[in-house]
Parts: sequence; structure tokens; C-alpha cells
Amino acid sequence: MRAAFIRSLINLARNDDRVFLLVGDVGYSLVEPFAEEFPAQFVNVGIAEQNMTGIAAGLALCDKMVFIYSLANFPTLRCFEQIRNDVCYHNANVKIVSSGGGLAYGALGATHHVTEDLAIMRALPNMTVIAPGDPVEAGLATQAIAGLPGPGYLRLAKTGDPVVHQRTPNFQIGRAITVREGNDATLIATGGILNNTVQAAERLAQRGIQTRVLSMHTIKPLDIESVLESARETGAIITIEEHSMIGGLGSAVAEVLAESGNYRIAFKRIGITDSFSSVVGSQEYLLKGLSLSVDGITDAVQSLLDTKTH
Amino acid sequence: MDNMNCSDARIARYKAFATQIRAHVLRMTHRAKSSHIGGCFSIADLLAVLYNGILQVDHTQPNMPDRDRFIISKGHVAAAVYATLAERGFFPLEWLDTFYQDGSHLPGHVTYGVPGAEASTGSLGHGLSISCGIALAGKRDNRSYRVFTLLGDGECDEGSIWEAALFAPHHHLDNLVAIIDYNKIQSFGMVKEVLDLDPLAEKWRAFGWAVKEIDGHDINQIENSLQNVPFEPEQPSCIIAHTIKGKGISFMENQLAWHYRHPNDEELQQALAELGVSE
Ligand SMILES: [Mg+2]
Repeated sequence: MRAAFIRSLINLARNDDRVFLLVGDVGYSLVEPFAEEFPAQFVNVGIAEQNMTGIAAGLALCDKMVFIYSLANFPTLRCFEQIRNDVCYHNANVKIVSSGGGLAYGALGATHHVTEDLAIMRALPNMTVIAPGDPVEAGLATQAIAGLPGPGYLRLAKTGDPVVHQRTPNFQIGRAITVREGNDATLIATGGILNNTVQAAERLAQRGIQTRVLSMHTIKPLDIESVLESARETGAIITIEEHSMIGGLGSAVAEVLAESGNYRIAFKRIGITDSFSSVVGSQEYLLKGLSLSVDGITDAVQSLLDTKTH
Repeated sequence: MDNMNCSDARIARYKAFATQIRAHVLRMTHRAKSSHIGGCFSIADLLAVLYNGILQVDHTQPNMPDRDRFIISKGHVAAAVYATLAERGFFPLEWLDTFYQDGSHLPGHVTYGVPGAEASTGSLGHGLSISCGIALAGKRDNRSYRVFTLLGDGECDEGSIWEAALFAPHHHLDNLVAIIDYNKIQSFGMVKEVLDLDPLAEKWRAFGWAVKEIDGHDINQIENSLQNVPFEPEQPSCIIAHTIKGKGISFMENQLAWHYRHPNDEELQQALAELGVSE
């Protein structure tokens, strides 16, 4: 997703000299082409995320469109109050981009696991929150977020993420992409876990269970219409996110369902339980322990549907 | 002799303006039962010079691209800043009566959207980074404006100030001026006792700023320093203004309590009398 992001950003900058890219001393073998082509619109501010965010707000107050890029929780939690007061309160044209969403940094350990960002960023007024499902979405999301006048958060996974979309989807902020049709249940995924979700759906199809898969790349504003439509048409909703079960996609969808008055929906959240990783492992290994592997998702869906039929 | 008279007249004008700000602040905090008078009074003389002889701003064109920017990083001195902006015509003086009140346009910390206010502040340690961004934009766009940022001494405890202090010299932001209201008192005690900043000038110098220390209540010194920025080419400027919290009112000077208290009726009368202002 990283490469798709920077390609898309370079294209943006070619057509819009307001585009700035600030990095917090990261981006090795990624951001160099941007820095070389647009040296006056690039700054490596050093390892100083609070300052980076304030600078971005200051630039935006001077009519720049500023992308901040860093890794893990550094561009969000480390400088959260700057995001709230300097970026969101001013409704400033600042886009925060984090690489390593979810458990992408696996064995680097829990300091580098990005597992509360969606919940926290979602709580901010004026903030749009996007977690693209694959590199295709990441490129489109970068373009789309640039079209917003105000703040945005873009959660990327890593390098070499699998491509889910074989054809360019219609990407609109706040509109879920239907990746797969089906009427037995709806799997709503956000971020890089979309790939495992689609694979789980294929496995379920082999068992005769046809699930709809939505890529809910935009967590805020949430596509309420798609959630309600899926609830009506499939009767069962499972949310899948590489994120804490508290406050992210599952919570956002639950809020919609709870207020919808349709209480006969079977509903389940799959995500990270309220804890830090207690074991060391690759992303794949950690996902397996959290029911976020293809097997884990498949089983969780199956058991929800089994309960429903009883 | 003409020069002398002219300068005297200018100084008298600054002083009268500073007195106006202090009088407004007294009335505003009295009416609102709000706080932070002490810090408002330590910067009143600085504001008077900035807004009457230094800043290239025009209340009829508040968004003029080449205007100088003034960022108040210690946003809790909103009463003094609003009084200044109102006196300079950015919004009607009557608005000051609504400070801190239900339904007002003027909250207790300086807020973007109030005419003339360039940024929202209130959480300490944010203003210098925002100012670096504005100064950087000015450099990259070849604009002539300068950015003046007023910091509190207590807020220099915040690490983000020092992140920005590293950034500005590295990027040669000589269009940036940090003014530190060094009144030696912070929220819960003397700076020296809470978290000593001394030697403060040496710290800024070591970070790469061109530094001048002045008496922040001496109009000549204030004007002289502000007129001569940047002090060095290619370097940001830092003015350490030695000030007195509560300056101008005998019973408020150097009293921590006036970071919090608002004047009662009697104290208001006494303070206005000391300023030589009638109610
Ligand atoms: Mg102080």
C-alpha cells in the first residue's frame, strides 16, 4: 500500500503545487522520488511528531495541502493533541498517513502495533478516517482524501500487500465497495484484513454459504446505508478488523445496528481483544491467534450462522 | 528635536494603549469572573508595541496574504489579545463585554475565527510549531511576512517547544520571532522552583537562535528589539522579555494568586484607579 500511496501522491503534486509531504525521519526507499521531484514541497522534520503536526497545521493555514507520513502510532497517538487542536479544531487541510496499520509490524512488538488508531481518530470532530483494503484502494484513497478540504487519516498496511481488486473499483469516501455478492451473511472488513476476509468468503462458498463482502474503507463517515441494506438483505453481519474490538469498525457498525430498530440481526465482531500481544510473532502468526486468519474468520462466521439457525 | 518629540509621542501612544488593554482586561475578567490577569498584564506592553508600530496588519483586510502573523502561544491570555484586536478595529469593542459569556464569540482561550486571531491556542506548547509552519510557507512562497510568536515561560516546559526550537534555525526561518514572556511565575509556583529554565538565553542561543534580552515593560527596548528583527540573517530571532506578572497593579504584581483570581468590585475600582482610568 505504501508504494501505491506515494505514486498517487506524486501524481497529485504534479497537478497541485499546494501538496506538501512532511515525514518524521522515515520513508527510506519510499519517499525519495517525491523528495527529488518536489524538493520545495518536502520536509523531513526529524523525529518530532508533535512539531511535525503543528508545522503541518501552520502550512495548511497558508493554503497548503499537507500530508504527514510516519509509521505505526507515531503520527497519531504520539501527537494526538496536536491533531485535535492544531489540525481538527482549525479544520486544517492536513492528511495524516500511517504505515504499518494493525499488526503489520508483527515481531517488532506491541509498541509498533497500530491497534487503537481507528477508534481514537474516529472520535475527532472534522476527521475523516480511511483504512484501504488493498494497494488499489490505497492509491484511490490517496486521491480521494486530497479532495477533502479538511483533515483526514489514512491507515496503510505495509509493502507488498496482496491485491484484492482485479478491476479498479469505484472508490468514494463514505461508500463501501461490494467485493463479493451473497445473501446468507455480510462480512464487513476494513483495512488490510480485507484479503483474509475475501478468502474466508470463498471457503464458506465451498460449503454452500454465500456471503456478501464489503470493503468498508471509510470508517468515518460510515456508510450507514450499506450497513442497513446488508442487515435487511442478509440478516447477519460480521465485522472484521485488525484493530481493537473497542471503538473501531465493529463498534461503529454496532452503533448503526442498535439504533436501526432491527433487532433480529445476527451480529459478531472479529478483532483484537482488549489486550497487547503477549507472544512474539509475524503478522500472520498473530492474526491466527486472534481469529483473524482465513480459518479464524471462516469458523467465526460459520458458528454465528449455526447459532442463528438454532 | 522633532524626532525626539515624535518618538515621545509614539511612546506615549504605546503606553496609553497598554493602559487601555489592562483596563479592558480588568473589566472583562471582573465581569466574567475569569482568570489569567497576571499573564495578561505581563504582555500588555509587548502587545501595545506589536500592534501599534510593528505588525503589518490591516483590520479591513484580515486575510491579506502578506500580512504579518501574530500567534499567541500562551492562549490563556485571551482577554489581553481580544482587547488588543478590538482596539485595533478587528471587531467591535462591545464584543469585549461578552468575553467568556454564554453564546459569546470570545472563549477564554484565543480561538481561530475571532477576527484577527491567526490560530487557536490554549493547550501550551503548540504555538511555536504552528508558527514554524507559517514561516516555512512564507519562505517557500517567497512572501515578505514575518511571524511573531509570544510564548509563556511556563510553557517552555513542554518538549514540543524545543522540537520547534530545533526546527526553525535548521531551516533558516529568519522570518520568525519568538518572544518569551519571562515573568518567572508559572501556574503553580515560581519557574525557578517548578522547573528552572535558566540560563534561558543560552539555551535558545545554543539551539541556533539570535537572542536579545530586554525589559518587557520598557517601551524603548521593546520597540528597538522588534524593529531590528531578524537580528542575524538566516537565523530566527528570540526576544526574552523580562516581565512582571500582574505588572501595573500594586497588589497583583508577582502574585501567583492573580493567575487564578478575578477582581471583586472593590479591587476593580482600586486597580482602575491605579491605572488612572475611570470606570
Ligand atoms: Mg509565566
